[in-house]
Amino acid sequence: MAIEKFNILTSACVPLPTENVDTDQIIPARFLKATTRDGFGENLFRDWRYNKDNTPKPGFVLNNPLYKGDILVAGKNFGSGSSREHAAWAIYDYGFKAVVSSFFADIFKANALNNGLLPVQISPGFLKQIFSAVEENPSTQLQINLEKQTITLLSTGKYEKFEINPYKKSCLLNGYDDIDYLLSRKEKIMAFEKQNGK
Amino acid sequence: METKTLFDKIWDSHVVESISNGPDVLYIDRHYIHEVTSPQAFAGLEKRGIPLARPDRTLATADHNIPTLNQDKPIQEKLSRLQVKTLTDNCNKYGVTLYGLNNPYNGIVHVIGTELGFTRPGMTIVCGDSHTSTHGAFGAVAFGIGTSEVEMVFATQCVLQPKPKKMRITINGKLQPGVTSKDIILYIISRISAGGATGYFVEYAGEAIRSLSMEARMTICNMSIEMGARGGLIAPDEVTFSYLKDKEFSPKGKEWQESLDKWKQLHSDDGAVFDKELTFDASSINPMITYGTNPGMGIAVNGNIPALNEIKESERSSFLKALDYMNFKPGMSLEGFPIDYVFLGSCTNGRIEDIRAFASLVKGKKKAPSVTAWIVPGSHQVEKQAVAEGLDKILEAAGFELRQPGCSACLAMNEDKIPVGKYAVSTSNRNFEGRQGPGSRTLLASPLTAAAAAITGKITNPAEFIS
Ligand code: SF4
Repeated sequence: MAIEKFNILTSACVPLPTENVDTDQIIPARFLKATTRDGFGENLFRDWRYNKDNTPKPGFVLNNPLYKGDILVAGKNFGSGSSREHAAWAIYDYGFKAVVSSFFADIFKANALNNGLLPVQISPGFLKQIFSAVEENPSTQLQINLEKQTITLLSTGKYEKFEINPYKKSCLLNGYDDIDYLLSRKEKIMAFEKQNGK
Repeated sequence: METKTLFDKIWDSHVVESISNGPDVLYIDRHYIHEVTSPQAFAGLEKRGIPLARPDRTLATADHNIPTLNQDKPIQEKLSRLQVKTLTDNCNKYGVTLYGLNNPYNGIVHVIGTELGFTRPGMTIVCGDSHTSTHGAFGAVAFGIGTSEVEMVFATQCVLQPKPKKMRITINGKLQPGVTSKDIILYIISRISAGGATGYFVEYAGEAIRSLSMEARMTICNMSIEMGARGGLIAPDEVTFSYLKDKEFSPKGKEWQESLDKWKQLHSDDGAVFDKELTFDASSINPMITYGTNPGMGIAVNGNIPALNEIKESERSSFLKALDYMNFKPGMSLEGFPIDYVFLGSCTNGRIEDIRAFASLVKGKKKAPSVTAWIVPGSHQVEKQAVAEGLDKILEAAGFELRQPGCSACLAMNEDKIPVGKYAVSTSNRNFEGRQGPGSRTLLASPLTAAAAAITGKITNPAEFIS
């Protein structure tokens, strides 16, 4: 079950300057009852996005037609809370391919990468610049180049390098997943079990 | 000789292979699973057409979305019923032991794994649930994983993990009366913030930690994740060994002695180096309560919510957003504030000592009529023990009722939801917006503080009830 290959992504973005967006906001627990991976995008940010009667809340950014694109730009400490991978599934299923923030929770980052969603961590200053550029012009384009590990604000040409683990980077560039890798190490694992009496 | 931290000792001895510039292939001794985060992983195995590598190292329970009343009847809610059924079918198919609904060993995954003796010092333990950090109280490397990783463990009994950094938090001195391990951890998180330990695995040490029972230690390790840590652990000692002795599935006879010899090696060596060290003094910790929408927003029960100028400028908007959600004001004192619900339960504080503590405070008093209280044991074993000790009678006389075990209002996937706008003093671990039901307002606290609130109907310092 390979993941989708990622290389260069050029897109407008959806700004969500809120800080500490936790996994309960990304996908509330009551929507975790599915037994498949699909369809979570519908309930992404459910309680911020919809009223009780399921009518959209006009003030929420996903309901604002001015903002679209494959990149979610969020305030610091994004994805804290639960290990629920459903949060990454919901963001990916909704159509985002990358999330940009100045800080990510660990488990969220790992879950995102395992599903082909690229977390791009940038400096608080650059994040601020992106938010103001998008506020001025909602169709502001960002370009993420995974090979070069850069993210560029195309309107000004300003860019920053971002970190990614080299192993994870090659997985994303090639569309491999971790399970393929681990299965290829099966013999080594069995030898370890034998040697350690597991 | 090379000095190592406890974490290094356990981690390093489980590395099958290190990928250069990449994560480690880490061997997993124990894999706990439950109905919510496993179905997609089983489906992955099915799709690849491969078997589950080590069913004997895997243990399943149904806990997250089961009802806490009438468990002998079919689950009413259709999707929950389907999830529990899917788990049962998968466990049968792949040969995994399942302590399902109505099994005497059923309960919250992090409660049963420890009380039955499956969790042991020196192990690597994972589960598709972030509070897997609970098991670190035994001196194990235990952490939560996502569903893709659950599938990795199913397929190979390994996960790919980058090795985290190491932090040690030392709590010196003695605790004041009425202050529990829940207050210690809420205090630590309030000091270092909800993201303050991101990227680290935390070892807790010091006199105050050593003085705690196993269950109290579990509460601390459980909430490590609430400050962003990958996990938390405490070196095993006599308290650990005597807790584990004679547990249902603990090693017995010769095997016990051999295990004990190994476990006694499990501590950080003198001079072992941590990437970060923090020290706090136990005597400065008061009973704590949270006022906001992340667990780092905590204050002493008799303290005040910070004033706006005490909050860093960059954090003010999230601070005000949280207060707006809670309908509190900066600088306000919470003592005496009326509340609507009390929840005693969860893998943080749903063990027998928690029920004992709650019962000891409410004994001979009456629940405030304005309060709805849910007392939910963490497992059937806890429930049985509570009844055996007559705690159910004490609770009943004070106007409380014991429900059946499960995660319940901790994440409100079942019927136990706090209604919109209502205030709940909860012994669980998360106060996120809507965590306990859409629009619910959660105040995290210890079982003693929860009991005091249940009696007075207001936020109350439990120290008032403790002579
Ligand atoms: S009690 Fe709460 S935190 Fe613990 S496993 Fe259940 S849902 Fe997760």
